[in-house]
Amino acid sequence: MLFLSQCINGLQLGSIYALVALGYSMVYGIIRLLNFAHGDVIMIGAYIALLTIGAGVNPALAVVLTIFGCVFISVLIERVAYRPLRSAPRISLLITAIGVSLLLQNVTQLLFTANTRPYPGSAIIPSKALKLGGLSLSLTTIVTILVSVGSMIALHLLIQKTRMGKAMRAVSEDTGAAQLMGIDINRVISVTFAIGSALAGIGSVLFCCRYPVVNPNIGSMLGLKAFVAAVLGGIGSIPGAVVGGFAIGFAEVLVTALGFSAWTDAVVFAILILVLLFKPAGLLGRGVAEKV
Amino acid sequence: MMLEVTDLNVYYGNIRALKDVSFSVEEGEIMTLIGANGAGKTTTLLTLSGLKKPQSGTIRFLGKDITKTTPQSRVAMGISQSPEGRRVFPGLTVLENLEMGAYLRRDDFSGDMEKVFTYFPRLKERKKQTAGTLSGGEQQMLAMGRALMSRPKLMLLDEPSMGLSPLLVSEIFAIIQRLHEAGTTILLVEQNAALALKLAHRAAVMETGRIVLSGTGEELSRSPEVQKAYLGG
Ligand SMILES: Nc1ncnc2c1ncn2[C@@H]1O[C@H](COP(=O)(O)OP(=O)(O)OP(=O)(O)O)[C@@H](O)[C@H]1O
Ligand SMILES: [Mg+2]
Repeated sequence: MLFLSQCINGLQLGSIYALVALGYSMVYGIIRLLNFAHGDVIMIGAYIALLTIGAGVNPALAVVLTIFGCVFISVLIERVAYRPLRSAPRISLLITAIGVSLLLQNVTQLLFTANTRPYPGSAIIPSKALKLGGLSLSLTTIVTILVSVGSMIALHLLIQKTRMGKAMRAVSEDTGAAQLMGIDINRVISVTFAIGSALAGIGSVLFCCRYPVVNPNIGSMLGLKAFVAAVLGGIGSIPGAVVGGFAIGFAEVLVTALGFSAWTDAVVFAILILVLLFKPAGLLGRGVAEKV
Repeated sequence: MMLEVTDLNVYYGNIRALKDVSFSVEEGEIMTLIGANGAGKTTTLLTLSGLKKPQSGTIRFLGKDITKTTPQSRVAMGISQSPEGRRVFPGLTVLENLEMGAYLRRDDFSGDMEKVFTYFPRLKERKKQTAGTLSGGEQQMLAMGRALMSRPKLMLLDEPSMGLSPLLVSEIFAIIQRLHEAGTTILLVEQNAALALKLAHRAAVMETGRIVLSGTGEELSRSPEVQKAYLGG
């Protein structure tokens, strides 16, 4: 029983990491950028929910606003900060992403102070427990797993079956050839950022319902772990991000269950180092790590 | 005149890859650009498709100045390209690659897909296969089929014979001839000068970024300079 409940716990955490890792991997796949501002967009999402619900907005509407807010800010970042650097060296883009990350954290701190605030998680998902046999599951856990898996299936269908999804794959495989097909790459890149950050918005709500505290730094650790998940799965690979996300979630839960909860972050980064040393392309990576 | 290129100058950083390049392509003809490695042929085609921006010069297509337009608007106007090195999308299936070729089309293009399969029956057998698993020759067929899916008025072909067996080369050239007979205007870039000059109505020779000779295909194949430099004569 304990084992089973720990597994479900790992599933919950893993599905959040997977949602966030997907955004990392999709953006990397399409413009070869490690978007270090991705985690901070999640933090902004947390503030949107916190402030709107605090102002009396209906929680369901607040969730929608969170997702749209994350999409808006990500698309704006791409437009203003990344697009002008499209043909600049990769390192300039990476440094810009780090700069954007710091900017988001500091502006948030300026506006709302560095104080940690409670997240109205129970207004979004009521804190109920459901008994299944001898197993007691919180509603948050069940909603998290269902919503995440549903989002991943929707993403999979979108990427595999729709015209835009195919164009996204084409641009990520060969941008120039995609242009020769008449694909508007600016539009495809914007859509990729939008989808990745919609997933981040959903991840923001689910993550904050699990750990209901908000401050300007909550995005950085979540972002880093999702980044490790994406690298573990093979950066740029969609199934890799899912596998990596669940693997990191399970690893953390396992370490905690064994009584080493202080070591979870260290274990996650040890995994990163091991992957980079022994399998830099990741579990499901395509082997071609860099496009020239 | 279908395509008119005037005084095109294109740079890679400080390297001037095209120097005052001017030429034209008439509706319905096969025109070929030949020249040694690094002459600027691929650069010319990429500039025509809008992937390289010229420093100066103009490109007119069907009477309109398209020099500053986006790549997608050029595809919409009827220019498509089968690029050097094929550049099929390796992770997409044959069918999906062809769909990408029809990306801008909002009408039903299943008829065109059937037409591509009559030109290249081998693609039909492999339509569910990812393009990365095709042989080089099949990838070339796919690149050409994909370029046909937009129903181009002008088709740019960059070294369709590269790396293919002699048998496959003549198969590809026969298809270029059929495309021409079906009314498509073709600008063909080739290393295989003998074949290209035989097929083309008009031809131009490029050398280090300049057009140094031009004339009918026949004239050029008889020209002593061309024979010496490109036909091994
Ligand atoms: N991406 C690039 N960066 C810098 N220089 C380039 C680039 N691409 C081409 N060049 C240079 O531009 C010139 C023209 O190259 P281009 O590829 O157009 O030649 P080509 O005639 O197609 O040659 P080939 O027959 O070998 O394909 C060459 O000197 C080449 O080195
Ligand atoms: Mg070339």
